Amino acid sequence: MHRTKVRVAEDALDANTTIAQANRADFDREAVRVVNLMSAPGAGKTTLLEAIFREGLGELRAGVLEGDVQGSLDADRLSHFHVPVTQINTDGSFGGECHLDANMVRSALGEVPLDEIDLLIIENVGNLVCPAEFRVGEDAKAMVCSVTEGEDKPLKYPLMFRTCGLVVVNKIDLLPHLDYDIGKLRENIRSVNPDAEIMEVSARTGEGVEDFRDWLVRAADREAALA
Amino acid sequence: MHELSLSSAVLDTAVRHADGKKVKLVELTIGALRQVVSSSLEFYFEIVSRGTVCEGARLDLNLVEARVRCGACETSWTLDDPIFRCPSCEDSEVEVLTGNEFFVESIDVEEEACTAQR
Repeated sequence: MHRTKVRVAEDALDANTTIAQANRADFDREAVRVVNLMSAPGAGKTTLLEAIFREGLGELRAGVLEGDVQGSLDADRLSHFHVPVTQINTDGSFGGECHLDANMVRSALGEVPLDEIDLLIIENVGNLVCPAEFRVGEDAKAMVCSVTEGEDKPLKYPLMFRTCGLVVVNKIDLLPHLDYDIGKLRENIRSVNPDAEIMEVSARTGEGVEDFRDWLVRAADREAALA
Repeated sequence: MHELSLSSAVLDTAVRHADGKKVKLVELTIGALRQVVSSSLEFYFEIVSRGTVCEGARLDLNLVEARVRCGACETSWTLDDPIFRCPSCEDSEVEVLTGNEFFVESIDVEEEACTAQR
């Protein structure tokens, strides 16, 4: 027996990226734009989507791919809104994967009616760490950050805050009850990601939700994105 | 906590290049911006590699610091905290020079001494 060195020189996430590109090609073929929506658990992703679908997105036909470790509680909540919702569960391996990767999304694509929608919102597993690493074939990444999480989160999870083009600050209806400095949060987001768009909303009261709706409509506009 | 996911990605890459041979060492280059905890990556790799050609393989980690450069005044510095703002001119157009790496550079595999003998 002897040892040989085999040169690899490959990004360890290349395999994921290749599958993400295949997903992207499928989305492009069906003219579907894709938003990867991420956050910590309990930041309000599903409540925000409920607020969006309650009013609707006008002409835009949206679908949701719902990622959870287990169960279909979130998908059940969204099923009232006459939007196609597809559930992915990440359990089955090692206590359940804490994020969606490109292959999990790929395996669910057969159940997503791509020909009937213009926009697919992928609600990722609640987690501020791993989802930031794995592309799934999205056009845009957005995150929800709630005011109950503390202003320091961008500095603690810079990978997530740097990867997202939009940060939706949720639960602002709670601000009167909290010692929370939203200016400090904005400053911290700017420190790690100067280009991020920031919007303040309350998914519960509906305040500011139209800003996110407008952003989704813009995200779905292929010509605008190309221009 | 992402070290579990990342160790699986490292394993998949190493196994794909091992061509069925026993892997003894996996050499990685990891940038500071990836926020990888070395001991945690090694811990998870030991677990996820069980029952594969990488079982028992050692990880050799080359850690790369986060170097960035200001697009406005061209000052370059090492990031200790994730503050992407120039310490000289306060501009926020900051380019990452190094620190985003997450590469499998090479693997050491065991070869049969003489493949003609069976």
